[in-house]
Amino acid sequence: MNNIDIFREPFNRLQSTDADPGLGAIREKAFTDLGKMGIPTVKHEEWKYTRVSSLFSKDFQLDVEANDTSVTAGDLDSLRLPGDEQANSLVFINGKFSFQLSRIISEHIVVMPLEEAAKNEYAEIVLKHFGHSSQYLKDGIHALNTAFIQGAVFVQVKKGKLLEHPVYIYNITDARGRSVLAQPRSLVHIQENAQAQFVETYTSIGSDASFTNQVTEFVVEQDAVLEYYKIQNESSDSNNVSTTHIRQVGKSYTHTVTISLNGGIVRNNLNIILDAERCESHLYGLYFQDGQTHIDNHTLVDNVKPNCFSNELYKGIIDGEAAAVFNGKIFVRPQAQKTNAYQSNKNILLSDAASVNTKPQLEIFADDVKCSHGCTIGQLNDEGLFYLQSRGISEKNAKALLLHAFAEDILEHIKLQPLREYVDGLISKRLDFNLS
Amino acid sequence: MLSIKNLNAGTGERKILNGINLEIKAGEVHAIMGPNGSGKSTLASVLAGRKEYEVLNGSVEFLGKDLLELSPEDRAGEGLFLAFQYPVEIPGLSTTNFIKAAVNEVRKYRGEEALDAVSFLKLMKEKMALMNMDQALLSRSLNEGFSGGEKKRNEIFQMAMLQPKLAILDETDSGLDIDAIRVVSNGVNKLRSKDNGILMVTHYQRLLDYIVPDFVHVLYNGRIVKSGPKELALELEERGYEFIKDEVNVGQEA
Repeated sequence: MNNIDIFREPFNRLQSTDADPGLGAIREKAFTDLGKMGIPTVKHEEWKYTRVSSLFSKDFQLDVEANDTSVTAGDLDSLRLPGDEQANSLVFINGKFSFQLSRIISEHIVVMPLEEAAKNEYAEIVLKHFGHSSQYLKDGIHALNTAFIQGAVFVQVKKGKLLEHPVYIYNITDARGRSVLAQPRSLVHIQENAQAQFVETYTSIGSDASFTNQVTEFVVEQDAVLEYYKIQNESSDSNNVSTTHIRQVGKSYTHTVTISLNGGIVRNNLNIILDAERCESHLYGLYFQDGQTHIDNHTLVDNVKPNCFSNELYKGIIDGEAAAVFNGKIFVRPQAQKTNAYQSNKNILLSDAASVNTKPQLEIFADDVKCSHGCTIGQLNDEGLFYLQSRGISEKNAKALLLHAFAEDILEHIKLQPLREYVDGLISKRLDFNLS
Repeated sequence: MLSIKNLNAGTGERKILNGINLEIKAGEVHAIMGPNGSGKSTLASVLAGRKEYEVLNGSVEFLGKDLLELSPEDRAGEGLFLAFQYPVEIPGLSTTNFIKAAVNEVRKYRGEEALDAVSFLKLMKEKMALMNMDQALLSRSLNEGFSGGEKKRNEIFQMAMLQPKLAILDETDSGLDIDAIRVVSNGVNKLRSKDNGILMVTHYQRLLDYIVPDFVHVLYNGRIVKSGPKELALELEERGYEFIKDEVNVGQEA
């Protein structure tokens, strides 16, 4: 059992300073749940290969003060991703949403504090959908985020509107002189027949350690389209548990690409809840890890209603002493007939000390479905290597070309061109391409 | 240009080549024929430097260099080219990027400047026309989903791009229909010159109607058991490999 007493004092402080009664009750319940469940150890089935509890022996500071102004617009400018100039940006500093640093250029998007949305015309949506992820993630880490909700944000893309500019979400931790625990929280509502692209990234400023424990819940309505890109390229002192919970409540289309290139301990929970007939969802992921990084992708596709389609492809390149975990669950409820669900996970290990644990998990309770899954763990194909070398390409460059080709399968699904070029550049640099 | 002396090679426990001797001079076209399992493809692979094969004995000199000491990429740099029997599919690597990397690395090895984008495109267009190749193939992933004929054309196209001194064609005709054979052999013939050598490995005589060899060698049990002019190929076609086997076996008994 983990000692959660370290959270008692900041929790009491938060509850006494931030007096919103609705949120207060939600936090109170989550804190009780946290007490019951504790921080998961490797004995928890869903955390078997990811020792997240080790992070709690460190002295991470949880700020509960209302506003953090330590990060300036200037700091932010150096962290912006390509394509940002034409984008809306939502900025979280140490887990709290910053209106000051955020920039909303589209008029088709609404952004406001979550507790405000819970009281105005958005109340019904918030009450209906907020916290849906708690039904799926029953562990202390998730409860910890909810217990400390502060500076959370509500985002809505308006009905029938196509967001011409993507939304870039920056999760920034200010680890200058102290270690920080940040817990961003948001609820994003994609209205009927709306279309939007989101890009989310995580960055730490300063040389101390950081730990971001984030929960983002998306609700996708009838005929809406959501594209979501997550880019993780942090320092090895930056740890991340990132939950993206996407609930498709009307016939809709979602497309997610998760790119994990660097970090300390990184755990992604991606839940796709297909809660209406004829939903379609595409899940892509690429992890390219080196050093002692640890990447864990837990995905869930829950087929609640019939006639849905999902396709999932995650690929990994693991080098050095890095460790990767893939756990892909497909759940088909009894009434979800005619489900089409596909999943594949492919890994290349580049060193003896690198490791991967991959586990496809199909739980099918309907009898008229098409589901498949597969996983591979291997090395670079010798035949391909020889083919390239026989054309005069050096062994080093041939390996780089083959690894890039392996990654390309995922990169091609990044539909935002500047972002794709950026990620491609990061990967080519890592591969040390030297093609004159 | 190529001088193979007493070449013995195999994989693991299995010895496949048992003392090959072969001389190829600039301007010559040689065909190596033989029944399945005689070691034809092994010879091609050993010359190109495939790792699985271990050279146990003998030497191979290529343009004055010890070929067996060179890595596969350096062999290509020196001017050796192997057209694969089974070209490898590489999803995610575009044919253009692959060829560009290959051409420029080979040029670098030969001490030449890398081609700029315009000259590269020009060269590529010219060689594609030679091979009757569709432009669309180049933006596709290397060999992925290519038909048998497209793959073999792509091999000869690469050969045309890399301009080797010695080209080894490993069963280039296998699985090709007559039109594809014409295009492929036409491509090869255009690359024939007094400075280049060609070594064809084939099971059937058919390809030799289109690419006429100067010499034909018969490989059996890892050795060249008979050599002759191009007419030897016709004799093999007519009489099958059985008579060679009989001759060899009789010879061994004597």
